[in-house]
Amino acid sequence: MTQILLKNIDTKGLTSIDVYEKQGGYQSLKKAFEKKPEEIVEIVKASGLRGRGGAGFPAGLKWSFLAKDVFPRYLACNADESEPGTCKDRELLEKTPHLLIEGIVVTCYACRIETGYIYYRGEFQHASDLMDKAIEEAYAKGYLGKNIMGSGLNLDLYTHLGAGAYICGEESALLNSLEGRRGEPRLKPPFPAVEGLYGKPTVINNVETLCVVPWIINEGAEKHAALGTEKSKGTKLVSVSGHVKKPGNYEIVMGTPTSELIFSLAGGMRDDNKLKAFIPGGSSANILPADKVDVPYDYEAIAEAGSMLGSGALIVMDHTVNIVEAALRMSYFYMHESCGKCTPCREGTRWMYQILSDIQDGKGSNKQVEKLEDICDNMSFKCFCALGDAAVAPVASSIMNFRSDYEELIKKIEGDAVTA
Amino acid sequence: MFVFTSEDENKIEKIVKKYPVKRSALLPLLTLVQRREGYISPEAMQAIGEKLDLSPGYVQSVMSFYTMYHTKPTGKYIILFCHNISCQLNGADNLFAYTGKKLGVTGGGTTKDNKFTLHKEECLAACCGAPMMRVNDIFYENLTKKKIDQILDSLP
Repeated sequence: MTQILLKNIDTKGLTSIDVYEKQGGYQSLKKAFEKKPEEIVEIVKASGLRGRGGAGFPAGLKWSFLAKDVFPRYLACNADESEPGTCKDRELLEKTPHLLIEGIVVTCYACRIETGYIYYRGEFQHASDLMDKAIEEAYAKGYLGKNIMGSGLNLDLYTHLGAGAYICGEESALLNSLEGRRGEPRLKPPFPAVEGLYGKPTVINNVETLCVVPWIINEGAEKHAALGTEKSKGTKLVSVSGHVKKPGNYEIVMGTPTSELIFSLAGGMRDDNKLKAFIPGGSSANILPADKVDVPYDYEAIAEAGSMLGSGALIVMDHTVNIVEAALRMSYFYMHESCGKCTPCREGTRWMYQILSDIQDGKGSNKQVEKLEDICDNMSFKCFCALGDAAVAPVASSIMNFRSDYEELIKKIEGDAVTA
Repeated sequence: MFVFTSEDENKIEKIVKKYPVKRSALLPLLTLVQRREGYISPEAMQAIGEKLDLSPGYVQSVMSFYTMYHTKPTGKYIILFCHNISCQLNGADNLFAYTGKKLGVTGGGTTKDNKFTLHKEECLAACCGAPMMRVNDIFYENLTKKKIDQILDSLP
């Protein structure tokens, strides 16, 4: 299977620039600099590369939205990886920091950007320290700084640490946080490509997205576009966690059956238990029942199956799991992480958590399940940013696909009441 | 009274230079102070504000948004114990309870000798190594009771 990102990932000493260069690192810069910036944007467009952070928006198209002739422009790399179930970016950041720098240099050349920031979640201090070292090495070799390899590109790159807030993975909240503000999302439009960091045109891309760019430049857009399905091109890093024998990050070609990820790559179900449910794209994606496990792992197929590919976090649950308990935990997360800016999210997440707690504690009723559905309906597409919709996903999908788990808990109580 | 050391001043100069707007240095400065002091006092908030031309009120309003900042002294080691979905599925709740009991801080908090602060934490991006905890900057994955004992007992 083609490996774009993980091919050399376990090479000893890959974090050092010498080893990285020996593996063919930084070669895409020369190729990129032979072309005009606009041509690079067209190549990435033609490659079909889509944002790997969660939304899956075409990367080249995003770059082409930058406000014309407005400078300075900024790049913000989203390394806030906080979606429950996701740990792919951390692997890239800690094991191959130079790949990200290489991708960033090409991207900044394509978009005529002279300043870039990598926004890490606060807990990634170690990864950020590693990157500081890598950036220093890249400056020393002339891959960053003034007139990089005679291309005329001047680029300064910095790391920036957040301090614990899931919402800062939302791109406009990330910008606020980077500006030294509370990490609340901004109203869109204007989109960051027009008015982003410090009010200037800004490109925001996920770590994985930027790491794919050098391969596209080296191998060509066509080769990338030949991988995957009609609309989901290339490969995808998938973090497989939960009840599997070999949890880990696996790189698959888009469209590979989810069952292959679980039963072949991740070694199958632990203790040979029965698969009950899986979440294809992190806790913000709908929970699917086992009978959907053959769904091809790509944006369209997973959407058609009733969920989303999201950040590529496949969470696997066996038959011992009560889905209400799982939904309750995810619900707590969204209550904890709601920034409080808009009412439906701030109030809704709390209500959902409280009702789910009651049901889990044996104080639930069918009426409360209806109430949950009502809250989901009142939050869907009515919140300020996507966090509200994300919070709805585990609750609404658990009711839709695993109603019997709710009924079991409710029956228990109603049964107890009769006995009493 | 809170005073920046000369080492701090050097670091601050470098940090502020990274950004076209001083305010961007707020989170990095808060982190700088917390890494040394273990928490951020009202005096530190004021000093940071003065460095960046921000009011103490503004500093506090931003600081309070982010869960990693502490306003009270913490232990020498901060243990963030993930309890989110992937870790929950792998027995994190039992291990958290075990750790709390072991340290004498059931449910979390700071030990009497101020050595450890135990916190239940949201997803830390180590789901493939669940259950996991972060002790200061280091991630420990695939935890078991035995492994927790070894890690915590070995810390000076």
